[in-house]
Amino acid sequence: MIRPHRSHPLWFAFALHRVSGLGLALFLPAHFYLLSLALTDPVSLDSYLALAENPLVKVAEFGLVFLLAVHFFGGLRLMALEWLPWSGRQKSLAAGAVAAAFFVSGTFFLQAV
Amino acid sequence: MGRDELDVSIWRGDANGGRFEDFKVPAQDSQTVLDVVSWVQQNEDPTLSYRYACRVGMCGSCAMMVNGVPRWTCRTHVKKVLDGQKVTVAPLRNLPVIKDLATDMDPFFDKWVKAAGVHHPSKTRDDPIEAVNPASPARVEADTGIECINCSVCYAACDTVTGNADYLGPAALQRAWTLYNDAKDADQQTILDAVSGNGGCHNCHSQGSCTLYCPNELNPMKAIAGLKRATAASFFKRRK
Repeated sequence: MIRPHRSHPLWFAFALHRVSGLGLALFLPAHFYLLSLALTDPVSLDSYLALAENPLVKVAEFGLVFLLAVHFFGGLRLMALEWLPWSGRQKSLAAGAVAAAFFVSGTFFLQAV
Repeated sequence: MGRDELDVSIWRGDANGGRFEDFKVPAQDSQTVLDVVSWVQQNEDPTLSYRYACRVGMCGSCAMMVNGVPRWTCRTHVKKVLDGQKVTVAPLRNLPVIKDLATDMDPFFDKWVKAAGVHHPSKTRDDPIEAVNPASPARVEADTGIECINCSVCYAACDTVTGNADYLGPAALQRAWTLYNDAKDADQQTILDAVSGNGGCHNCHSQGSCTLYCPNELNPMKAIAGLKRATAASFFKRRK
């Protein structure tokens, strides 16, 4: 259960940024390994790429693009917070980052199916 | 249980640990959380330890965790925070407990000094008083932080303090930002050096709990962002 003092939008924005960052950090080694197969083992790369037609993998890709997009837009918000003149609309900006991430990942998903 | 009775859980113990004790407290109009705690101490258990002084939101001594959230108890109406008929009162987070609801606030105040939150005079007593233009941007910025009452609510709300015992915390950093913008303070570089080391402003994760719970509606998150900009600008200037 989320402790009461953490139950507010900017703490959730922090948690989402941290979780998406960790998720991407775990994904990247697997991603680079798979890309490396193009050089070392093209046949097995093709069999992995065939997996991408699986509906479950498409949903997972949607999740991945969402993590990437929400980390990207959330990171822009944090850089703006730390480097640009202060804006009091941090909650709206955090909500905007999530909305933009849903837009990007949703568009990706609709293109993929 | 009648509607005019509150179920109150109060944390009892000391630095070695403790547990919650339950009390029934008569509900009254305009009753504050501090009134509830005082009623228990005066009618149920005179050994209950807690701290307060002014009862009007000026002294900053009565902050406690109320239903898991840090609040100034003297200005918090219990009816506004009730969970059903229940309210839980515990000592502030992130500070050592002395006994029951009274925490040791020394680490909190020590960090004010560590953050260079002390006045660095620019003149002697023989000089004329520095004229301060209240409309100047720096003064307007400093004015946003001067109503801090040192209640430690922001410090108790901050998870960065929980994770890093050296982190100076929102109140001390906001104090540093206020002095940094004060025309009467002579040593801005000392302030920037004090807030940019280990435990300084760059530890802040901008979770914003400090700003959300500050009872005086100050904005330490904004102050810390200001310090981040000022320390970064100073770093690049000095490298030239």
